[in-house]
Amino acid sequence: MKRRLHIALLLALGLALLQAQWVIAASDTLEHQVKDIAAQLRCPVCQNLSVADTPSELGRNMRALIRDQLQQGRTREEIIAYFVDKYRTWVLLEPERRGFNLIVWWGPVLGLLGGLAGMVLVVRRWVRATPPQLMPMAPAAPYVEQVRRDVAHLAAKEEQP
Amino acid sequence: MRRWKKLFSLLVAASGLASVLLLLAYGLGTDPRAIPSPLIGREAPPFSLPLFDGGTLRLTDLRGNVVVLNFWASWCYPACWNEAPRLQAVWEQYRDQGVMLVGVNYQDREADARAFIERFGKTFPSGPDVGSRIAIDYGVYGVPETFFIDRQGRIAHKHIGEIGTAALHEWITRLLSQRRGEPSS
Repeated sequence: MKRRLHIALLLALGLALLQAQWVIAASDTLEHQVKDIAAQLRCPVCQNLSVADTPSELGRNMRALIRDQLQQGRTREEIIAYFVDKYRTWVLLEPERRGFNLIVWWGPVLGLLGGLAGMVLVVRRWVRATPPQLMPMAPAAPYVEQVRRDVAHLAAKEEQP
Repeated sequence: MRRWKKLFSLLVAASGLASVLLLLAYGLGTDPRAIPSPLIGREAPPFSLPLFDGGTLRLTDLRGNVVVLNFWASWCYPACWNEAPRLQAVWEQYRDQGVMLVGVNYQDREADARAFIERFGKTFPSGPDVGSRIAIDYGVYGVPETFFIDRQGRIAHKHIGEIGTAALHEWITRLLSQRRGEPSS
């Protein structure tokens, strides 16, 4: 009888622990989602801080609002759309990839390609401008001989115990 | 031939530099704090506000009135302090003509907010915005901000920062002179 009670208690404890674990995991992912959405949004009362990073009260309120909306079953896109609806695209930390904003996305790539092309042109001009006969031919043979001799010497030394 | 090539590359480099400079000038010319509200002309987001004097105010109950919605805080010095007497004066002048003033107290302590109301003798309804829900719904960036809502419940104008008597009169009379169904702007 006592043993049965023990087993039942252990089982109950195990179940409770499992449940706790599950609750922690669920809230962890919820916080994760909140942070993920807040990181996309620009804090209105700060200078270049995301809603996820700001310690301001409005930022905290916004995170609470995001949490509530997530718990009501709204999707990430719907929540971001809500903030854009109220604060325009100003609220987005990453500019949308369209229209004039494309300069931000593709400007650096274009600049890099242009720079590369310019470098190729310049280097080619340099190569062409340097007359081959001015290239000094180093007398390599004596050095090569010296190196060979040194290597042989070292090898001989190594072989000796 | 070579001279043309040189001239061409110079032109390309110059135009590139010029476009970057122009972009920079454009960026520096815009005010990063001036953020136009997307809400103008749209229906004012409905809310219910628990009032400091008790009771609850619902925006939808005010339909048919011109509503001046003022976001304020006692810590917002000097802007909110400067405009508080003007708002009270406007309230006293227009309260019988179908104009409603509503104060939304933003991120404040209740005792401070009550002291502020007493200090300026504010008699129009005011209440705390719990969790800044109303402020976020109205896209508020900071206090003070004042919204003018027409009789149809649409946002006609948003004033950012301290508001003067002239702007208050201008927008209230403009919205009062509108007939029903007439667009606000």
